[in-house]
Amino acid sequence: MHIHFLDPYRPRDSLIHHLDPRIKLAWVIGFILANTLMPSGAWPVFILLFALILSVELLSTLGIGYVLKRSALAIPFVLAALPLIFTIPGATLLSFNLGPWVVHTSMAGLTRFLSIAIKSWLSIQAAIVLAASTSFPDLLVAMRAIHVPQLLVSIFGLMWRYMFVLADEAGRLIRARASRSGTSQLPGAKAGGSIAWRGRVAGGMAGSLFLRAFERSDRIYMAMVSRGYDGEVRSMPLPRVHGAQWAMLAASLGVFASFLVLAYLLWG
Amino acid sequence: MHLPPLIAMHIPDGFLSIPVSVIFWVISAFVVGYSLKRVSADLGERQVPMMGVLAAAIFAGQMLNFAVAGGTSGHLIGAALATILLGPWAAIVILTCVISIQALIFQDGGLLVLGTNIFNMAIIGVTVSYMVYHSIRRLAGNRTWGLYASGFASAWASVVIASLAAALELAISGTSPANIALPAMGGIHALIGIGEGLITVGAMAFLHASRREMFAPGSASTRRGGVVWVAGLLFALLLAVASPLASSHPDGLEWVAEQQGFLFKAQGPLYNIIPDYSFPGVSNTATATIIAGIIGTLIVFAVALGVAYARHHKTSEVPD
Repeated sequence: MHIHFLDPYRPRDSLIHHLDPRIKLAWVIGFILANTLMPSGAWPVFILLFALILSVELLSTLGIGYVLKRSALAIPFVLAALPLIFTIPGATLLSFNLGPWVVHTSMAGLTRFLSIAIKSWLSIQAAIVLAASTSFPDLLVAMRAIHVPQLLVSIFGLMWRYMFVLADEAGRLIRARASRSGTSQLPGAKAGGSIAWRGRVAGGMAGSLFLRAFERSDRIYMAMVSRGYDGEVRSMPLPRVHGAQWAMLAASLGVFASFLVLAYLLWG
Repeated sequence: MHLPPLIAMHIPDGFLSIPVSVIFWVISAFVVGYSLKRVSADLGERQVPMMGVLAAAIFAGQMLNFAVAGGTSGHLIGAALATILLGPWAAIVILTCVISIQALIFQDGGLLVLGTNIFNMAIIGVTVSYMVYHSIRRLAGNRTWGLYASGFASAWASVVIASLAAALELAISGTSPANIALPAMGGIHALIGIGEGLITVGAMAFLHASRREMFAPGSASTRRGGVVWVAGLLFALLLAVASPLASSHPDGLEWVAEQQGFLFKAQGPLYNIIPDYSFPGVSNTATATIIAGIIGTLIVFAVALGVAYARHHKTSEVPD
């Protein structure tokens, strides 16, 4: 499989990369679960969770900058929680006039908003480390281990194999459009027609991509049959997980649980 | 070239409460499992290559965008197109794959909330577009305009209804007030839906010109299934009715959100062990925060030292 700009996997020789994918997946799910269950405003526990994920990032040698840059993806959605600052009743933090309305911001709302933002930011970091430190075939192993139907796992595998091929195909379509109905540097001169026209053209490209994929899937099927494919998906038995890795996972889950207990005792 | 941000509908982790996440995981797992079975019966051994490659195509197709106005751009989402061309079961499987890969590999949407995202975009998106597409095509008879009108309407409706579902789930989880989230999400997606509609119609026009048999009687695009149609109608009605209700009476949803909050806080007696919510020896939250900060910094520092040491060790082992 060739290296592609879409593939987030960064091969390194680190402790995290060498972990079994099943252990990693369970760890990440556990971490996200603990984050989601955390009560609002448990700032000290958030700091500890942040230290934990930061340590994992360090151990993975992926580069803190890389993970933090990718985690910026989570930021736009925070807008959805922003109104909480104004709608949750509580001690007024700040009130100001906005035209005819008086807007109140409350401490309770701010706490809830910040907690949601931090939780989702910490969670996305764990997911990024998982994706960047685990190759896709390893993720398929993890999927099989958590009993995703074998058929779906095979579809994922094939999808991954052809995703890059079709992304390149889409790239070619976009390049062709750019070179034919090109953009203009002149102020006020719009590229190619009305919005409806541009939408239609993009649609035509999507249709053509779909058709190419459809025909390609036929060829792939023929090729598979020619090599003896009979609809049965055969895969290697899952390798055994090392005892030490189990222990590591158990210890981590224990830490998450104790963080949760601590948070509910003190800030619940 | 970059992936278009699908900000508005892929809910990230941390935004949904655990009960909401779990309920939708269960529903989605059941529906996707059933869809896989239906597609298996339909396609047999052709299923794996066809579903895999078409899922890759929908994923790659989301890169195709067009300039709308002020630097924003519309792009394909694909639920309606997949439903129209391949039928609802295949579309559910394909979109599930696309949404899962987006979450797992590109962090576009969370992992714990993946079940909910699959429910919104793959299940609601597909059933609603199926219902709208077949209803309008039936009304229009065999006319060509009916084909395009139904394509546009189904694409628009699938996007808008799915976004309303996402907004309601956020409101139920107490992470976004219903009276703001619903009109905001619905409004944004009413616009995004127009782009989706235009692209879907464009794709249908292309395929109608080049592969007319895809729309001929007997093809997947004309086969009708009662259950999916009814499900689509129910989702559409439920969300279209519930949304204005919920946004004008947000108290009901807030009540649900609070009840969920209480689910975890109900274990009251714990509070009595430590009076005034403060840890013995730690007088207040500020001190606790400072201590946590120091501990956290120490942990990270220790790990950094360890990694640096291990690296140094490794490089010095290599003979020059």
